[in-house]
Amino acid sequence: MAKEFMKGCEAIAEAAIQAGCHYFFGYPITPQTEVPEYMAAKLPKIGGCFLQAESEVAAINMVYGAAGAGARVMTSSSSPGVSLKLEGISYLAGAELPAVIVNMMRGGPGLGSIQASQGDYFQTTKGGGHGDYHVIALAPSTVQEAIDLMQDAFDLADMYRTPTMLLADGTIGQMMEPVEFKPREKRTDLPAKDWATTGWGPNSNRPRAVVNSLYIETEELQEMNDRLQARYRMIEEKETRVELYNVEDAEVILCAYGTVARICKSAVALAAKQGVKVGLVRPITIWPFPKKAVHDTIAQDSVKTVITIEISAGQMVEDVRLAVNGEKEVQFFGKPGSYCPTAEEICEKIMEMRRA
Amino acid sequence: MATVFKKTPLLTDAVLHYCPGCGHGIVHRLVAECLEELGIGDKAVAVVPVGCSVFAYRYFNVDSQEAAHGRAPAVATGIKRVHPENVVFTYQGDGDLASIGTAEIVHAAHRGEKITTIFINNAIYGMTGGQMAPTTLVGQKTTTSPYGRDKDWCGSPIRMAEMLATIDGSAYIERVAVNNTKNIVRAKAAIKKAFQTQIEGKGFSLIEVLSNCPTNWGLSPAESMEWLEQNMIPYYPLGVKKDTTKED
Repeated sequence: MAKEFMKGCEAIAEAAIQAGCHYFFGYPITPQTEVPEYMAAKLPKIGGCFLQAESEVAAINMVYGAAGAGARVMTSSSSPGVSLKLEGISYLAGAELPAVIVNMMRGGPGLGSIQASQGDYFQTTKGGGHGDYHVIALAPSTVQEAIDLMQDAFDLADMYRTPTMLLADGTIGQMMEPVEFKPREKRTDLPAKDWATTGWGPNSNRPRAVVNSLYIETEELQEMNDRLQARYRMIEEKETRVELYNVEDAEVILCAYGTVARICKSAVALAAKQGVKVGLVRPITIWPFPKKAVHDTIAQDSVKTVITIEISAGQMVEDVRLAVNGEKEVQFFGKPGSYCPTAEEICEKIMEMRRA
Repeated sequence: MATVFKKTPLLTDAVLHYCPGCGHGIVHRLVAECLEELGIGDKAVAVVPVGCSVFAYRYFNVDSQEAAHGRAPAVATGIKRVHPENVVFTYQGDGDLASIGTAEIVHAAHRGEKITTIFINNAIYGMTGGQMAPTTLVGQKTTTSPYGRDKDWCGSPIRMAEMLATIDGSAYIERVAVNNTKNIVRAKAAIKKAFQTQIEGKGFSLIEVLSNCPTNWGLSPAESMEWLEQNMIPYYPLGVKKDTTKED
């Protein structure tokens, strides 16, 4: 298929439709509003449903209802709006419902800014809402990758009956790039949604469906949590994704995800010109976090310096340090808010932070 | 032996967890009987709330979803938009609907969402042990209004049926009570009418049911029905608040 020149938000919305998502419930917030706008234009023409909810809270609960009724469904928002959705995401996790949430991160805390940020890493990977749950979190670093991951997100959600998040940032949402929608084969190994509330009677060939996250008996709640945790371990084992870029025998390893990781690749090239071999570890799933790949890359004898770079005060760096487990020092470069470093700045930092 | 009465199969055989004398049991039965009589049991999807009726999915013998506190109308919206042929209803108490869930219920009505809401108003939070609700009457003592609800401090009780009736998308809104046989018969007719409104695709329908809470009101079941009659009905007048079903 020919390449098209598309804005990130619109490309993500189109990817969702092509992945079979015909239901969208959302609320306007910059820098992701082009997602609902695209859905509003396209979904009615293919017999789908776009509905602008009264709030992010309502939108995520509409997603819950639609997911419980068996639909491929999504919502999208940006940081402050995702904070409002966390209650609903916890309920989706507890009720074991598949749904996709896009977070086009902007600066925070509070109303923050509308520029790109990576300040929601903790919120995304450490639960966010209440209870012991995780979402699968996919972090694209280009618009093309956002398209590809968006298509995977629905399959992952259905496969593991779990909310799945595409964690991008305002840059990816607002940037225009040439992209390609690759034709995909429909997965045939996804479990049937025989638990969905579609109407039931004594002649139905399934048990009565109850979509629920209430388990008032201790033993039953324990059982549900054990089931979730077993599933999370399986996701960690099978779905962890990472890109290792130029890491073999590198002297310096950068750890970064999303837009920042892309800038780091330019910094790797700049450093090479100065004769310094720099590699990049880029988690594609930030949950499950690629602990082993991060550890093994950094543990190489050649690696003298490790720097995690984020548009945050240092969030993912904690997971990098846990993965490295004290074997090497992990430094941090980044600023909270919405300040995105240039390749030149990163290169300068590499030279400054290099171990003699 | 001739069968003179049979429980509707649209209620399960699970033992109700409600307190003795509580009106929830009556309303559950009315709702289930209406579903049976309309022949829509296999199309119905119940969305149940947080509050005393949090376990209602154990009792309604239909596909069910448990919603977060106050969010039942949003959840019902999601279900109905995916399967418009289903008959989707929410069953919510006054804490759920009239306090934390006001945005969701107002906008479900505002969109003219083709769902039905059964709203139980017993003027108190039951499940958490008798706290003040937006529907608690002025002067009424609860655990969080121990000196009686003070109008200047907490405002006057909110009349949801009247408020929702002002919204264009509301097709049928009625307030009923379950404190005596006559009112119970009327309540059942109203609930049936609300479901019919949805089946005919006419818009949002809501039945506010004045009910009792003997445990948290500190009254016997019989006294609580009398209290409802004497105190609630004068403030929350019964009757049809909105009916556009006859209009073209």
